[in-house]
Amino acid sequence: MSATATEGATRVVGTRMLRREDPALLSGEARFVHDLVVPGALHMAVVRSPFAHARVTGVDLGAARAMPGVVAAFSGADLAGEWAAPMPCAWPVTADMQSPAHYPLAVDEACYVGDGVAVVVATSPAAAADAAAVVDVAYEELPAAVDLEAAASDAAAAHLGAPTNRAYTWELDPDPSAVAAAFAGAAVTVSERYVQQRLVPAAMEPRGVCVVPQPFGGEVTVYSATQIPHILRTMLGMTAGVPEERIRVVAPSVGGGFGSKLDVYAEELLCLALARRLRRPVRWTEERTEAAQATIQGRGQIQEIELAATADGRIQAVRARIVADMGAYLQLVTPGVPLLGAFLYHGVYDVPAYSFSCVGVFTNKTPTDAYRGAGRPEATYAIERAVDTLARTLGQDPAEIRRRNFIGADQFPYASVAGLTFDSGNYEGALDVALGLADYSGLREEQGRRRRTGTRMQLGVGLSCYVEMCGLAPSRVLASLNYVAGGWEAATVRMLPTGKVQVVTGSSPHGQGHETSWSMLVADKLGVAPDDVDVLHSDTAISPFGLDTYGSRSLSVGGTAIVMAADRVIEKARLLAAHQLEVAPEDLEYEGGRFSVRGSASRAAELGALAFAAFVAHDLPEGMEPNLEGSATYDPVNFTFPFGTHVAVVEVDTETGRVELSRYVAVDDCGNQVNPLIVDGQVHGGIAQGVAQALWEEAAYDEAGNLLTTSLADYLVPAASELPSFTLGRTVTPSPSNPLGAKGIGEAGTIASTPAVVNAVVDALAHLGVTSMEMPVTPERVWRAVRGAAGQSQVEQSQIEQSQISTTGGGA
Amino acid sequence: MQVTVTVNGVPETHDVETRTLLVQYLREVRGLTGTNIGCDTTSCGACTVLMDGESVKSCTVLAAQADAHEIITIEGMAAADGTMHPIQQAFQEHHGLQCGYCTPGMVMAAASFLQEHPQPSEAEVREGLEGNLCRCTGYHNIVQAVLAAASPPEAVR
Ligand code: FES
Ligand code: FES
Repeated sequence: MSATATEGATRVVGTRMLRREDPALLSGEARFVHDLVVPGALHMAVVRSPFAHARVTGVDLGAARAMPGVVAAFSGADLAGEWAAPMPCAWPVTADMQSPAHYPLAVDEACYVGDGVAVVVATSPAAAADAAAVVDVAYEELPAAVDLEAAASDAAAAHLGAPTNRAYTWELDPDPSAVAAAFAGAAVTVSERYVQQRLVPAAMEPRGVCVVPQPFGGEVTVYSATQIPHILRTMLGMTAGVPEERIRVVAPSVGGGFGSKLDVYAEELLCLALARRLRRPVRWTEERTEAAQATIQGRGQIQEIELAATADGRIQAVRARIVADMGAYLQLVTPGVPLLGAFLYHGVYDVPAYSFSCVGVFTNKTPTDAYRGAGRPEATYAIERAVDTLARTLGQDPAEIRRRNFIGADQFPYASVAGLTFDSGNYEGALDVALGLADYSGLREEQGRRRRTGTRMQLGVGLSCYVEMCGLAPSRVLASLNYVAGGWEAATVRMLPTGKVQVVTGSSPHGQGHETSWSMLVADKLGVAPDDVDVLHSDTAISPFGLDTYGSRSLSVGGTAIVMAADRVIEKARLLAAHQLEVAPEDLEYEGGRFSVRGSASRAAELGALAFAAFVAHDLPEGMEPNLEGSATYDPVNFTFPFGTHVAVVEVDTETGRVELSRYVAVDDCGNQVNPLIVDGQVHGGIAQGVAQALWEEAAYDEAGNLLTTSLADYLVPAASELPSFTLGRTVTPSPSNPLGAKGIGEAGTIASTPAVVNAVVDALAHLGVTSMEMPVTPERVWRAVRGAAGQSQVEQSQIEQSQISTTGGGA
Repeated sequence: MQVTVTVNGVPETHDVETRTLLVQYLREVRGLTGTNIGCDTTSCGACTVLMDGESVKSCTVLAAQADAHEIITIEGMAAADGTMHPIQQAFQEHHGLQCGYCTPGMVMAAASFLQEHPQPSEAEVREGLEGNLCRCTGYHNIVQAVLAAASPPEAVR
């Protein structure tokens, strides 16, 4: 299966080894939740509020219960006794944070379109859907808080009886007087306002859950399309009042997540409660409309960013003020998402003064939560767009102004003004590689030609230099941010009697290729072939401890736990080898799967043979337990800080407003790489998602709070025809924070690409007077901006002429 | 109603409801769950199969319409000895899949496309796969895989 030869001690880490996950996925053998065959399972359908905000005054289930195939139907009130606690929010960012109680079904008040108010359980999905359609819910419509800024000023209450729509205010203002002084003394200031539109994560596999009560002992198995089987188990237990040890959560093949499956959802709890109540397996598969309305959405912020700079463009202070749309309820980490960006609004620049504040606001819309990048794309967008504005204001080249402000390669570890320690970096190095790959000077020449000739198709070049923090997360830092869990990861490595290796990881992949990468790590560590290493994951019965996969954490945190566990196996095997060879343990060298006596290489013990010896346990050193197994839990000492430069090249049709992304160059530095093939794939996919925010995607609502983009026909996930191939480059600056030197790459593409593309569009039109652009950059927005700028310059021209006339007139 | 459909070379006759979609028939009646469902608006292509050699979105075809026709699903692409089809191999070699949810549909769409365009350009591949969405790969490696599968074996790098 492996494409790379692995005999002897050949190292596989760093090679483009093909993925072991692929054959099952390519042949149709892989099993997603929806594919599981569960005899006797009942199907759940959820009745959802058609109103953004309404009092629920009655739920009549009579007609639904009479429908063929219907087994049961319940209102929110009927199930109220099922819950031991409201649905969890694990990140109360401030002590006084408001969090309206959120139950799997609304009882008296529905707070967004899609909020569940009743469920039907039937013998087939069609019967459940047909019966759900005849549930008669009486609503009394209430004023809805839809527009984010209006909601922030409490124009309408998102929740009845709440004193304010504001969930919290969170500030990071280490030295207010320094910020004030920098702005007071600035030669130039930039003040910008950006809207981060809401996005639908749109994993191709919709969510799905299937809860199977086990016939003996009261246990229950929850199959869920989730990124977080471990967190889910604990939270399901706490919310549904089921002893945690009775719950087994299994995430089978999971078809993408991007943060949308990093949550504890109403449907998971409902299936659990219904399976408990009916003593039958209960399952649910999300429809695409539900994926839009009832799965979390991403982004949803209004950002104000100000820069204070010297006349030659050195940034002296950054001030950012954010209004963040929580949606109707706080999901698992909703309020914390802006905090993941709060420390990064100065980006890759050495800025001495800094101030950030965020107000989290409830609206009557789908809850928001972590979506690929979570807080960091928003921060990067704001600073990278603002730096372009600064460059334009000063008439400087955007690459040069970045270079001038970079944190220098000699400044690492870098104590940031926001209180982080950036582990390592060489920002100028990545910029140089990117500019070279893009032929930046050639592009500028071509742009100059087109501007001079005034051709219809104008060329724009957009840069984005980013740093992100990932490898979530040092548990102590999480504590300081009020997050209620830790950030470690657990692993076990065990030798089987035949010399094969089992790796158990608490990380939970959904497309990242962990089985391949983890087998590579362990193969190199133990000196065995990757095909002899099996990787087990995503089942709480197999890996009891874990904190799952999100925040580009799996390699730097989970991978480190794995190599630590492998080291423990080697250390135990060393003692056994020393016993067999009758030498001191420190006289043994370990290489290529065998211990040999230093200076007499023929006296050796193979790891496989030691595993068998440890298994039969016939002759072990005094006091040694049988078997070779090591477990480790790694709590990172710091975040990791990947970085890079992306360059977007766009052609903008100034007559139709159409934007074509014609080239894209990405130079990323994620530290040491385990498998560059997989790294490439992560970058490609991330770029596409970030470009999509820039150009096409928006979860659009009407004034009444109805989501207008509920299908993949309306919500414009890009197809292959809309994207170019990408040119990738890489620099390698290992992280000193973990033994792998790894940083993380899952989110970098998304973080970098959105500002690069929008900067490119503005750059294409800057000579026409265009200075701002909202996302998504639709042809209509571009067309209006071009017309507006032209109109503006005509107005200015006529004002000049008029004043000349009046001057002339006055003089006559 | 009764339908006789040949799926991956195996004809079977079953009673189905008239509203049964081909994708439901394949998954629930024939037990072939490799064909996925990603939407309800014919937008995503996750459900793509071949009907008489041409790609169709099986969520928009009724089982009844497949009566007396030949269907190939992802399960029918490998050779009898399990050797992957060249398109499947190319997807693995070029890392054209991550979560793999779009993959069966993508492979079937590519198979039909390459029948009609044996030597496509990159732009033609991108246009040809327009009806199949992938959220993971950014399409870069899918396009590379399809181009590689199109090339005669000696030209594959
Ligand atoms: S399931 Fe989306 S096109 Fe058929
Ligand atoms: S590989 Fe995940 S959707 Fe295509």
